Amino acid sequence: MSEPIAVPQPDQSRFDFALRLADNCLVLGQRLAEWCGRGPELEEDMALTNIALDLIGQAQLWFEYASELDAQQRSADALAFFRDQNEFRNVLLVEQPNHDFGYTITRQFYFDSFHYLLLNELVASTDQRVRGISEMAFKEVAYHLRHSTAWVCRLGDGTAESHRRIQQAISDLWCYTGELFAPDTVDAEMFRDRVAPDLSRLQIIWLHQVNSIFKQATLQLPESIWMQTGGKQGAHGESMGYLVGEMQFLRRIYPDAQW
Amino acid sequence: MVNYMSPSRPSLREIWDWLDEVKDPEIPVISVVDLGIVRDVRWNNDEKAYGLVVTVTPTYSGCPANEVIKEDILKALQLHRIDRATVETRLSPAWTSAWISEKGRRQLREYGIVPPIPMASTSLMPQRHLACVAIKSIDAPVVPCPRCDSRDTRMISRFGSTPCKALYVCRVCGEPFDYFKCH
Repeated sequence: MSEPIAVPQPDQSRFDFALRLADNCLVLGQRLAEWCGRGPELEEDMALTNIALDLIGQAQLWFEYASELDAQQRSADALAFFRDQNEFRNVLLVEQPNHDFGYTITRQFYFDSFHYLLLNELVASTDQRVRGISEMAFKEVAYHLRHSTAWVCRLGDGTAESHRRIQQAISDLWCYTGELFAPDTVDAEMFRDRVAPDLSRLQIIWLHQVNSIFKQATLQLPESIWMQTGGKQGAHGESMGYLVGEMQFLRRIYPDAQW
Repeated sequence: MVNYMSPSRPSLREIWDWLDEVKDPEIPVISVVDLGIVRDVRWNNDEKAYGLVVTVTPTYSGCPANEVIKEDILKALQLHRIDRATVETRLSPAWTSAWISEKGRRQLREYGIVPPIPMASTSLMPQRHLACVAIKSIDAPVVPCPRCDSRDTRMISRFGSTPCKALYVCRVCGEPFDYFKCH
């Protein structure tokens, strides 16, 4: 006998899907927060930490949804602070270290441009919760994208040194862009249920658009190379461990602490 | 304590007036009603869960004021002896700065924050080309100085002291000021 479902039921694929979105936002937010007090100028310090704040806010919304779908019934906080590195499902791009400002901006631009196109489709998701969070996040991410795009143009079309540095970052981080669009069984299932778009279709749009911005910025799109993957399945790089350690440290030594 | 089921319980109209006294914690001259955060106020007449339900739509997902606003709403209602109240969050439709009331816009202006200037380009665009987004970054609105009304101002920082604001400076009087972003 079927009853109308009022509360989300545990759903492994949808849980994984929400968790990946949450982890992308949380990890990138944490990376950006590392710039706090160290920005190249005061305005940029505020910009990077404002973007971090938006992303951590979005992560919270995705974690809350993931929590409702979780067969283990973990809370949003437990998902953020009590999972180990290999249980994180973010793409490798977002965990890459800040390095210099050119790297940070390039990582942000690669992610913002993907995030923007993705959310633009998720606002029409068949999943009402996904739709609601995406509607809110889309407006914030459009603003982030404006910021990172403007910097790509300024650094690319700036001095010889700024051009050299951002071009280096564009080439070095390129190998992490393939994973953004590499569908696995979770993505295929989400596409089948029209919860999420077809990632390979998004990639075509993304490539075309990123290329046109690089042209404006006098930058070169890297040649196709071997793409690193594995983040969405929990295989992360060495630097991720340090990030998780710093992010979770306080919560883990005081697990019952309250604000 | 209020008798929730009685016909003499406070009217929704009165409650909206009380909520209008709850100020935004970051911009304490404007109320959460004038900011357009409070979307709905209703009585839940269900016997098991009777009480007041206030529905809010947050401005920005990471804004630290979100939690404070919820607490402040509940405190304000308690002052008026409504202690059976819940604050529900509604994400869709997403909050837009177009929901700020005329009164709210005036209060922002008087406080020295320029209220949002609607631009066709900042609303959801039909064409989603990234290059369009990029060009819009150069196409920032003309924001008049709240002190001297000069239109000769420039953006110093796209991000300000709170998620909802950007920082500008006036080229004529030299004064920096906040602009409430069109969102």
